[in-house]
Amino acid sequence: MSKSPMLDELEKGPWPSFVSEIKKAGKISATARDTIGQVEKSYREKVTHWKHGGVVGVRGYGAGVIGRYSDSPEEFPGVAHFHTVRVNQVSGLVYTSECLTEILDIWDKRGSGMTNLHGSTGDMVLLGTSSEQLEPIFTDIAEKGWDLGGSGSDLRTPSCCIGPARCEFAMIDTLEITRNLTNYYQDELHRPAFPYKFKIKTSGCPNDCVASIARSDLSIIGTWKDDIRIDETEISNYAASGNIDILREIVMMCPTQCMDWDGEKLTIDNSNCVRCMHCINKMPKALRVGVETGATILLGAKAPIVEGAMLSSVIVPFMELNASEEEDDDEKFANLKELIEALWEVWDEDGKNKERIGEFMERMGKGEFTIAVNELCDEVDVAPKVDMIAYPRDNPYIFYDEYYEEVEDE
Amino acid sequence: MLILNNLYYCLKFDNLNFLKKGKMTEERITDQGTKDYREFLHPVMLKNYGKWKYHEILKPGVLLHVAESGDKMYTVRIGSPRLLSTESIRYFLSLADKYCDSYIRWTTRNNVEFLLDKEDKVEPLIQELNDAGWPVGGTGRTASNIVHTQGWVHCHTSATDASGLVKSVMDDLFEYFVEEKLPGKLKMAVACCLNMCGAVLASDISILGIHRRIPRIDYHLLGQICEIPTTIAACPTGAIRQDVVDGKKALKIVEDQCMYGGACYTACPNMPIADPLNDGVSIWVGGKVSNARSKPTFTKLVVPYLPNNPPRWPEVTEAVRTIVEVYIKYAKKWERLGEMIERIGWARFFKETGFEFTKYHIDDYKLATKSYNNSAHIRF
Repeated sequence: MSKSPMLDELEKGPWPSFVSEIKKAGKISATARDTIGQVEKSYREKVTHWKHGGVVGVRGYGAGVIGRYSDSPEEFPGVAHFHTVRVNQVSGLVYTSECLTEILDIWDKRGSGMTNLHGSTGDMVLLGTSSEQLEPIFTDIAEKGWDLGGSGSDLRTPSCCIGPARCEFAMIDTLEITRNLTNYYQDELHRPAFPYKFKIKTSGCPNDCVASIARSDLSIIGTWKDDIRIDETEISNYAASGNIDILREIVMMCPTQCMDWDGEKLTIDNSNCVRCMHCINKMPKALRVGVETGATILLGAKAPIVEGAMLSSVIVPFMELNASEEEDDDEKFANLKELIEALWEVWDEDGKNKERIGEFMERMGKGEFTIAVNELCDEVDVAPKVDMIAYPRDNPYIFYDEYYEEVEDE
Repeated sequence: MLILNNLYYCLKFDNLNFLKKGKMTEERITDQGTKDYREFLHPVMLKNYGKWKYHEILKPGVLLHVAESGDKMYTVRIGSPRLLSTESIRYFLSLADKYCDSYIRWTTRNNVEFLLDKEDKVEPLIQELNDAGWPVGGTGRTASNIVHTQGWVHCHTSATDASGLVKSVMDDLFEYFVEEKLPGKLKMAVACCLNMCGAVLASDISILGIHRRIPRIDYHLLGQICEIPTTIAACPTGAIRQDVVDGKKALKIVEDQCMYGGACYTACPNMPIADPLNDGVSIWVGGKVSNARSKPTFTKLVVPYLPNNPPRWPEVTEAVRTIVEVYIKYAKKWERLGEMIERIGWARFFKETGFEFTKYHIDDYKLATKSYNNSAHIRF
């Protein structure tokens, strides 16, 4: 009889099974075989059997490895240690079979044969190895030109969408921004020195395929300032195709009602367009984003713990993010780097332990926070702006800085 | 702060050998960063970088991108369970070698994308993938792959298993991944506790593991392992107080103030919160991250508690299917679930789904009043 009847049930059905994956790894790895045993035990007892991680790592790094131990090592010796190694992904998650094989060979030799491709932050996650293997794994991946990602209170591995590599909506070079920031901030990424974690995600357009607005402290989202480009011939083709009802599916779904369709011609009041992307998404052949492109920068997204979940909110409505080929890596995106370093400085100065920058900004007040950041910036304008808010305050509890005193004889 | 933190992480190492060995040897390679993506871009993508003109969804899971140059790039997308063996990845790579000049990519929702520059290779690749049991789909108006956390497979704070829930729900909704039968995009996520690795709260349907009992305190080990002030500060509601037990510094929990977040357990291993009897799953709807039409928004609670019922979690899959069916019935084309609910109203949504509305649905955390109905707008 099978030792894992409950997990075996999850090998049935049409969706690819994680249990089958663990079993495939189990053909060569005792760690994977004992993973089946321990997870089956969890299924039986409805409780996790992993212990709170101790902190493990590799020499010179404070990040990139997550410690994990089984609470039943006698029963499942193969998972007594079950550490995770985070390997910095390639921007845009693009690979060749040759480069990924390098990782697979190392992992088959020194780990469990199980991976997460990818973790929520973006790293390649190598799942389950022992403390003794950590240094050799690091040496092996480093020899092949790979490096570890972030963990703990540091800059987490930046990530991005596929961007200009395969998307007509991309208005900023998401891959280059991500590669550049990752490599420029290696020390911040590998050696935790912040109050808490700091995530950067870059999306090429407001569709935000990398969920930066919900998943990253600093959300960089491509946008445009000028007009939507219209190809009238293609509009007519869409109308004639019968596949799309331009009035109902485009014009009437525009959130600001800035479009009109008279049955032949589509007109757009660009001054009232909020760059939501709906019309462009639905008619990509006929409508294209403008050519005066850059990014909207938002700050502060996080999951619930501690002060409640937050979405990012606007901190810079529009930032040009062009990099020329002539610039050195260190010089590229100087305005973005100025902003990032100013944010870190203000947060690092007064942020509490385990306080995300969004929580810190809330505690300090966004008005005061932006003024403090702005004082540290030369190029970037972070002074309070109406685009930073959904609506002005609706309570009268205002902390006035300035006031008049009556002076006699005047 | 910076110095303290540095000191803190140095001392945290369970292996302090690197201090004894002195400075790093010169040949040790560190801080190489990420590899250059340009080495791994398909030549058609590299040539047309930043010069794409438009795209079409040829069928579920198959995209065509056309560049201004006229070059075409076909993408075939398959769903994966995220947890992948090296064996399966090697299989994908063998297909990439055979059909895609060895180029391959992953998506942020754990799909695998095969990149092809020739149309005649698309169908043979799909055939081979389907024969091997890898589903092609997840584009356009489909239920996309569920992003999720680690659960019982790897995590110490989990209140449920993530992979098993994903497998159970995707088996049930499989037709909506491989066929385009929904009004709009349906993005789902599973998190196995309130830490929510992966921003679960901004999906159309969120499945969230929850604890429902206060942590148990192991007084014996508390002071040896946990830093008392840090643990007190970790609690969002201030439910943890100083205490003295047997003459030693300890902690106590004000039960009425605990909302089972588990932040204290993250700070202090001697306050385990997992409880087989009471842990379970909650379901939330109507979030999105895209700016298309409506603004990005968080999900709202619809089912406060369902039991952990492994291996298949039938109560959860049934609730999710109910939501999907109401979405199909009432949403206009392209409307996301949250947009539909905004239009038809929460009362109608609860009525049509049959979920019970309880006191738990009424927010009582910070700024809860912002969620009250301050109007006479009621649909009768």
